Amino acid sequence: MKLITAIIREVQLDKVREALIAAEITRITVSCVSGHGQQRIEEMYRGQRIVPDLIPKIKIEIAVNDSFVDITVDTILKSAKTNGIEGHVGDGKIFITPLEECIRIRTGERGGSAI
Amino acid sequence: MLGLKLKLFDHYFKLITGVMRFFKKRNLILLVLLIITSTASYASDGIPVDSGATAWMLTSTALVLLMIPGLAMFYGGLVRTKNVLGTIMHCYVAMGIISVLWVIVGYSMCFGKNVLGGIFGWDSNYFFLNGIDDNIMDAGIPEYVFSMFQGKFAIITPALIAGAFAERVSFKTYCIFIALWSIFVYNPLCHWVWASDGFLYNLGARGAIDFAGGTVVHISAGVSGLVAVLFLGPRRGYPYQVIRPNNMVITMLGAGLLWVGWFGFNAGSSVASGLSTAQALTATQVAAATGALTWIIIESTHHGKATALGFASGILAGLVAVTPAAGVVKPYGAMIVAMLASFICYMAIQAKNRLGYDDSLDAFGIHGVGGMIGAISLTFFIRKSWMVEAAAVSGGTWTIWNQLGVQVLAVLIAIAFAGGMTFLIIYLLSKVVKLKSKEADEMAGLDRSYHGERGYGLLNPS
Repeated sequence: MKLITAIIREVQLDKVREALIAAEITRITVSCVSGHGQQRIEEMYRGQRIVPDLIPKIKIEIAVNDSFVDITVDTILKSAKTNGIEGHVGDGKIFITPLEECIRIRTGERGGSAI
Repeated sequence: MLGLKLKLFDHYFKLITGVMRFFKKRNLILLVLLIITSTASYASDGIPVDSGATAWMLTSTALVLLMIPGLAMFYGGLVRTKNVLGTIMHCYVAMGIISVLWVIVGYSMCFGKNVLGGIFGWDSNYFFLNGIDDNIMDAGIPEYVFSMFQGKFAIITPALIAGAFAERVSFKTYCIFIALWSIFVYNPLCHWVWASDGFLYNLGARGAIDFAGGTVVHISAGVSGLVAVLFLGPRRGYPYQVIRPNNMVITMLGAGLLWVGWFGFNAGSSVASGLSTAQALTATQVAAATGALTWIIIESTHHGKATALGFASGILAGLVAVTPAAGVVKPYGAMIVAMLASFICYMAIQAKNRLGYDDSLDAFGIHGVGGMIGAISLTFFIRKSWMVEAAAVSGGTWTIWNQLGVQVLAVLIAIAFAGGMTFLIIYLLSKVVKLKSKEADEMAGLDRSYHGERGYGLLNPS
């Protein structure tokens, strides 16, 4: 079992979500986060340029069985990238971490079948 | 060298003091003139200012303006997080655009004398409001007050349409659209219904009854919204993707502000401060309350829960329906009209969900449908004195069936005109610029795409 954590652009959320659903990956946790990577943005408030130190991003967390890791990662890669094949600084990152255990609270089921 | 400089300085000093003296004299003359003109409480044509009526109309003008931020909050809370500012701006920008247009041509087109066979009005004195500087109207209020009061109605009407195609229009094109819509739909319709020589104002014995804008404001905005929605198509992902309100709290605050502002809208439409004002005010209050209660009762029976949004929708349905009726119905009539409106608007929204067109914030379902119900059903509750006067004017009898014919005709004309013209405007506009957002802009949200701002800090997406 793996935990796939993806940090993506806010504006790509709809696209990524739709692509994941099309790939039959529906179980997902989404949250708003802010962070600092390579990207730099400017916002305008009353004509004043503001460069936020922390840029808002979306964090997606998906727990999958090993056989689903590739399809999930490929789907996110394809749908979260902006500007065609090139991509842009700020498109985000994907982290894959080993998942020790997964327990369904309702039944107490453990392991792969609980995902 | 120094001497020359001093001489020059002296020269300038004399020049400046001379100029100042001249202006002082002129100022004195101006001041005297001002005192002479302002101490006279009579205008040039000798009508005294009725300070009571004027004070109420000033208050009403401010109250109707309050409805626009109210509407902005009502609509703003109902869209997704990424569109909250864009939706609020649809209402706010109307305050800018329509106010300016109203002063330039709007008032003249609405309340000038018939031109081009009565399609709209025109009066060169109203152009830039240039010739009404010291006009006092027969009602005893300065014409500026009446003009500004009416201007607020012109602002809120296009802002109502924005609820239909919320979350999916380009800001710039929206601005052009409401400007065109105001000139070619609102102004003519307003002239027909409210100008003393408008043809709907003079239809039948005592005219089509539209006290505060059932046809002009609500039916026209609702029907135009529906036409726009059918032309533009739904939001991306509708109805499969769940589209949830971002902040019900500001929606409820907005509904409250709308209710408060509606007292200016309806009771102000008496253009007086007296009995008719009180009648309209009472009808407004009971209609809003009855509408809201009816809605949550229907909802609790249908779904088992009384929702806050249901209560707010009921307030609006009741208020919209009583808008044309407020001047002619007694409290029990206002209650029945509001009850009917709530019931039928509820059904209309259920039907919308089945039919699948995307009237995002139910501009048609509430304003269009509610306006029609109000304008037609009011016929059965007109107070006797009005019918007696109507009979006297028609020189014999005037039954509610006669009036019903007039009301239905007025409603049909408003539907046909607003619908047809809106289609024409959007169709012609679409040849030049697109009203509908580009897909990428719609996905990113109106706030980011058109305003470069965000409404909230970190808030989970909804």
